[in-house]
Amino acid sequence: MRRGLTWFNVTAIVLGFAFLYIPILLLVVYSFNASRLVTVWAGFSTQWYWALLENEQLIDAAWVTLRIAFFSSLVSTVLGTMAALVLTRYGRFRGRTLFSGMIYAPLVMPEVITGLSLLLLFVAVNFDRGFWTVLLAHITFTMCFVAVVVQSRLVTFDRTLEEAALDLGCPPFRTFFSITLPLILPAVVSGFMLAFTLSLDDLVIASFTTGPGATTLPMRIYSQVRLGVTPEINAVCTILIAIVTVVVIIASIVTKRAESLRQAEERAALQG
Amino acid sequence: MAAEKPRNQTIGAVRRTFAPWTDPDKKPLIRFENVVKRFGDFTAVDNVSLDIYEREFFALLGPSGCGKTTLMRMLAGFEQPTQGRLTLAGADISEVPPYRRPVNMMFQSYALFPHMNVMDNIAFGLKQDKMPKADIAARVEEMLKLTKLETFAKRKPHQLSGGQRQRVALARSLAKRPKVLLLDEPLGALDKKLREETQFELMDLQMDLGMTFLIVTHDQEEAMTVADRIAVMNHGVLMQVAPPSEIYEQPATRYVADFIGEVNLVEGKVISASSEETRLTSPITPHPLHVTQGLDAKPGDEACIAIRPEKLRISLDPPADTSVNCFEGEIWDIGYLGDLSIYHVELACGQRIKVSQPNLSRVVQRPITWDDKVWVTFAPHAGVVLTR
Repeated sequence: MRRGLTWFNVTAIVLGFAFLYIPILLLVVYSFNASRLVTVWAGFSTQWYWALLENEQLIDAAWVTLRIAFFSSLVSTVLGTMAALVLTRYGRFRGRTLFSGMIYAPLVMPEVITGLSLLLLFVAVNFDRGFWTVLLAHITFTMCFVAVVVQSRLVTFDRTLEEAALDLGCPPFRTFFSITLPLILPAVVSGFMLAFTLSLDDLVIASFTTGPGATTLPMRIYSQVRLGVTPEINAVCTILIAIVTVVVIIASIVTKRAESLRQAEERAALQG
Repeated sequence: MAAEKPRNQTIGAVRRTFAPWTDPDKKPLIRFENVVKRFGDFTAVDNVSLDIYEREFFALLGPSGCGKTTLMRMLAGFEQPTQGRLTLAGADISEVPPYRRPVNMMFQSYALFPHMNVMDNIAFGLKQDKMPKADIAARVEEMLKLTKLETFAKRKPHQLSGGQRQRVALARSLAKRPKVLLLDEPLGALDKKLREETQFELMDLQMDLGMTFLIVTHDQEEAMTVADRIAVMNHGVLMQVAPPSEIYEQPATRYVADFIGEVNLVEGKVISASSEETRLTSPITPHPLHVTQGLDAKPGDEACIAIRPEKLRISLDPPADTSVNCFEGEIWDIGYLGDLSIYHVELACGQRIKVSQPNLSRVVQRPITWDDKVWVTFAPHAGVVLTR
């Protein structure tokens, strides 16, 4: 059978990509539209990007979102890495199945339920909703993604490296920071980036857990769109897409390079 | 690794007389006392008592899964004994964590830190001891020189060949000058020629540094080459602990005789035993067999005689006296190895035995060939009677 570019393949690829990316492409194109009317093309202009700078509501929302994304992914990276370590290292401890189930549950839990249950919790303990509650909620739901990414790296980690460090007089805690962490760092970094992008574009959970003064960008966009799509929103979304794309590309490059380096090392080791 | 300097003239003398295990006043450096290690239901090490002396090159030899690696890992501190005591220089170290033991290990996989270059790998252990920077640099330099790695100091492990990585692993484990160096199948990943060279280098190194080496291996030739004493293990039990020549010439059990080198085991029954000679009947010949080694059998015991292939003589013509340790057979197969030939001889009773003969001469008038009738003999001191 002939492989490669047959007419069928080309059509399938074109249709597939069109289905996925035409809406996004339209949005990006219309963000450079000179006209105020979203659907009428009136020439190229970057005026909506400049207008954004004067839209304090959007700027505020963007700032809140970035802070939440950064700090929540930082904390969830630490917690997720610790969870992954426990799951891969401590064999069969009592309650391991329950623990791993509970770590992975948010992965498949409908966001509405996660959001609602967190809201109920915050109300029950009388926690003022705002920046901190969104931060906590984002840590909760991004942690499991970090745990999955880091755990998949730890499974293939050669533990004799840690034994060698212990044998040479390095205590366990220091061994983690001088041997284990540098070697799993690519996975930890991509876990961080994944958590960052997830937090960046979360709407549902943030809407449930937020309060006055802590409106995130997706929430702001959503509420404005209900009043009609403006070219400004297109511009914001284009910037958001750019950020997410860059982060995802960096994350995949980091993991890919680390992976190919590791494979080269393993090949070398096997050749002996 | 220390090949370029002139050979120390005293090495031979030291090697010849080194036998601290025969001196009852000598205190062992490492002592396993009735050590048991269980993993769940599986007993990996079963009541092992073993003394290892300072400056000894000691080999733990056995098939995979025999408990030799577990025994070594207990000494390194990665496993705790289930029962028994483990002492190093008189102090109980059973509870001491691996990072506080004056013992270093060279791992089978080398376990080089992939994110550090050769220098940093070697310096890693020294940095843990908070050694002054200048001293670390000097020691690393010394280790690089010792292992001939000077030109590779800045390379990462994946930029090195297998033999070079093996040297880095060795340098790293030697850098802290441990009381005991543990070597876990250190040469397993090298090809045969390099392995043989490295064995002799390891011996010289051990001699020069005056350290105690404990090597774990499943390669009997390696153990025989490097070690002062060998412990043969099987199923977690020590079968025999002795110098290589004794293990080979005076095996204590059938297992050891069979595990080390080639051997013919001939079953028999003891008919008389004196302090000089044991006589046995055997299905291979109507005459009693005379054996002067392994004299603890009593008349009536079922025993077997272990005879090494090279200690049997083979000829086409019958010897002058065919009544002592002589039997007839037919050539079944011949293996020509260049320096030796291995003959498989089928005896009248159906048992096949192996005989090896050196090919001393290039021209032989009538070489032994397939289906020849041959006579096989052995001297009374060539066989060992084994009752276990």
